Amino acid sequence: MKYIDEYRDINVVKALTTKIQKVVKHPWNIMEICGGQTHSIMKYNLSEFLPEQLSLVHGPGCPVCVTSLEKIDKALAMAQMKDVILVSFGDMLRVPGSESDLLREKSKGADVRMVYSPLDAVRIASDNPHKNIVFFAIGFETTAPVNALSVIRAKQLRLNNYFILSSQVLVPPAIKMVLELEDSSIQGFLAPGHVCAITGYNEYVFLATKFRVPFVITGFEPADILKGILTLVRQLEEGRSEVENEYRRVVSKDGNQHALKMIYDVFELTDQEWRGIGIIPESGLKVREEYSGFDAEKHFNPGTVNARESGTCIAGRILQGVSKPPECKAFGRECIPEHPLGAPMVSFEGACSAYYRYKSS
Amino acid sequence: MKISCPLPINKYDIVTLAHGGGGKLSDRLIHDLFIRELGNSWLNTAHDGAVLEMNGKIAFSTDSFVVNPLFFPGGNIGDLAVNGTVNDLVCCGAVPEYLSLGLIIEEGLKMDDLRRIIITIKNAAINANVNIVTGDTKVVEKGKGDKLFINTSGVGTVPEGIFISPERCIPGDAVIITGNIADHGIAIISSREGLSFESTIRSDTAPLNDLANVLFEITKDIHVLRDPTRGGVASALNEICNSSGHGILLEEKMIPVSAEVKGACEIMGFDPLYIANEGKLLIILPQKHAGGVLRAIRKHSLGKDASIIGRVTDGPPVVKIITLVGSTRIVDMISGEQLPRIC
Repeated sequence: MKYIDEYRDINVVKALTTKIQKVVKHPWNIMEICGGQTHSIMKYNLSEFLPEQLSLVHGPGCPVCVTSLEKIDKALAMAQMKDVILVSFGDMLRVPGSESDLLREKSKGADVRMVYSPLDAVRIASDNPHKNIVFFAIGFETTAPVNALSVIRAKQLRLNNYFILSSQVLVPPAIKMVLELEDSSIQGFLAPGHVCAITGYNEYVFLATKFRVPFVITGFEPADILKGILTLVRQLEEGRSEVENEYRRVVSKDGNQHALKMIYDVFELTDQEWRGIGIIPESGLKVREEYSGFDAEKHFNPGTVNARESGTCIAGRILQGVSKPPECKAFGRECIPEHPLGAPMVSFEGACSAYYRYKSS
Repeated sequence: MKISCPLPINKYDIVTLAHGGGGKLSDRLIHDLFIRELGNSWLNTAHDGAVLEMNGKIAFSTDSFVVNPLFFPGGNIGDLAVNGTVNDLVCCGAVPEYLSLGLIIEEGLKMDDLRRIIITIKNAAINANVNIVTGDTKVVEKGKGDKLFINTSGVGTVPEGIFISPERCIPGDAVIITGNIADHGIAIISSREGLSFESTIRSDTAPLNDLANVLFEITKDIHVLRDPTRGGVASALNEICNSSGHGILLEEKMIPVSAEVKGACEIMGFDPLYIANEGKLLIILPQKHAGGVLRAIRKHSLGKDASIIGRVTDGPPVVKIITLVGSTRIVDMISGEQLPRIC
């Protein structure tokens, strides 16, 4: 398959591996931000190709994992309301809230549906005029444009039964949080290619300059990731802290202006709680006042929910890159994909799930 | 007093509770649809069960079929109900002969849909060379079922000299898959509400007894047969590892997946190894027979994309894969569902 096979070519991978082995002279801790990259690293067991001095740390870039318990509890409360159809992406349905999860509510009789595109949620709203449709809109900058588009479409169709429960988060504030952690050991970042396709990478230039850490915009196939690592390690060994783009077939410096306009037409910045991490200032997107008629939290007013986390799970430390999944006492014991204690064990992009799937036996 | 006759079933455009009530309407449905389409010397007697003459070792299997939507590209629930049980018998090394057919219908199912499915069952049974010899129908209230559930059970005789069992695989054995994987699961997903996308991917539902005959003509020394349905190739091979205590090492580059299915999986984030098949066999056999068997089954229409995808190892009971880029990783059993219900 064009644009995929050539990035999974064993000879390309071998050549990159040899170059990385030659370039690395010192120990380095580098973080891949995006859950998609974490998944790919595990699926192709790329650590097998890397020298021992290189340590890959998994970042907070799994949208399912960082969605706050409070938002999940709100989604659960809305799913239980009369005449509500709760719609979300597949992975979100299994994430544990304080007391339940959406799939469990579905089995108890709630109308919970899975879609691949938010526009399908709008279609469900137009097909069911006597029901209220709540779309649980999660994601990073990558999914935000189409979440925004769903609201724009609902407005065009004059739907008064389509609402979104927004739990959308932004990458650069999370990187800043990681860099400001006292026990952070991260020396360089593989920046998330698909997020940068939307946002461009001007913000990363600011972060690289301010914190003096290098960034490489990186794709998701094995050769993409190894190329990203090679370029990042070169910077580290040479003492540079620049932003370089190794995903040029997709990412431009200024990003997708049309998509960005759509995001900020519908949403605005807000302080956002990240599960296991806490509130990060201006790290989320909420529905703007002019679109407040589509804001599920305003319409249904679920009030404050009493969210409670499991005591043993260290998802927060894992999402911040301070700990690795096997360091958690619950990993592989009380916490397995069939019975997750924390969100990183749920999503395929979650670090715990990826470790469990591809590394444990 | 004028006694009116119930309307013949073709005047009912939907199935009602009365069609399962055991009265005249049930009787009409049984005779005018089931016996008319599926009839044979056993079914025509409308007896409580079928009396069969069989000799030797008998394999017996049952399977229930729930699929949403009932009709999908490449087939419908009727194909699955016949082929599924036929293939389970094939995987026991048996020659499938007789099937039962149990229907649980939710009231309101369109009579035309039921008729289409019964005609499909008839054709699938002819194609698989089996007879449906006994059956049962129940109708449940609206909301108490999901349009139609089918159960089929089947029996077949196991010829002399054939002994198929997952414990029989031994280190060094070859693992063959008889064609492209993941077609069925992706065909279902492509037609499901909320996930639909345009594609020409069709379910691979097919009876595998004829292909198995080709296989046994080459050698009877086959250790394991398995049809990798729900949970896909990965789950089937993990089950075999657990039963035998041996490991399996796959080579990703040898696993056949059509370009369209590969594309759909890339878009949806699915791993084809975990996606259902309804017309493929996993064959585990001594390496010395692998080449001959592969050549023979590739000549069969259901085996033209067959490939040797790996081998049984002496390791712990774990499935591993050499990835496209040359690294090795574990292929675990699926946790929960990668997808919503398929079948």
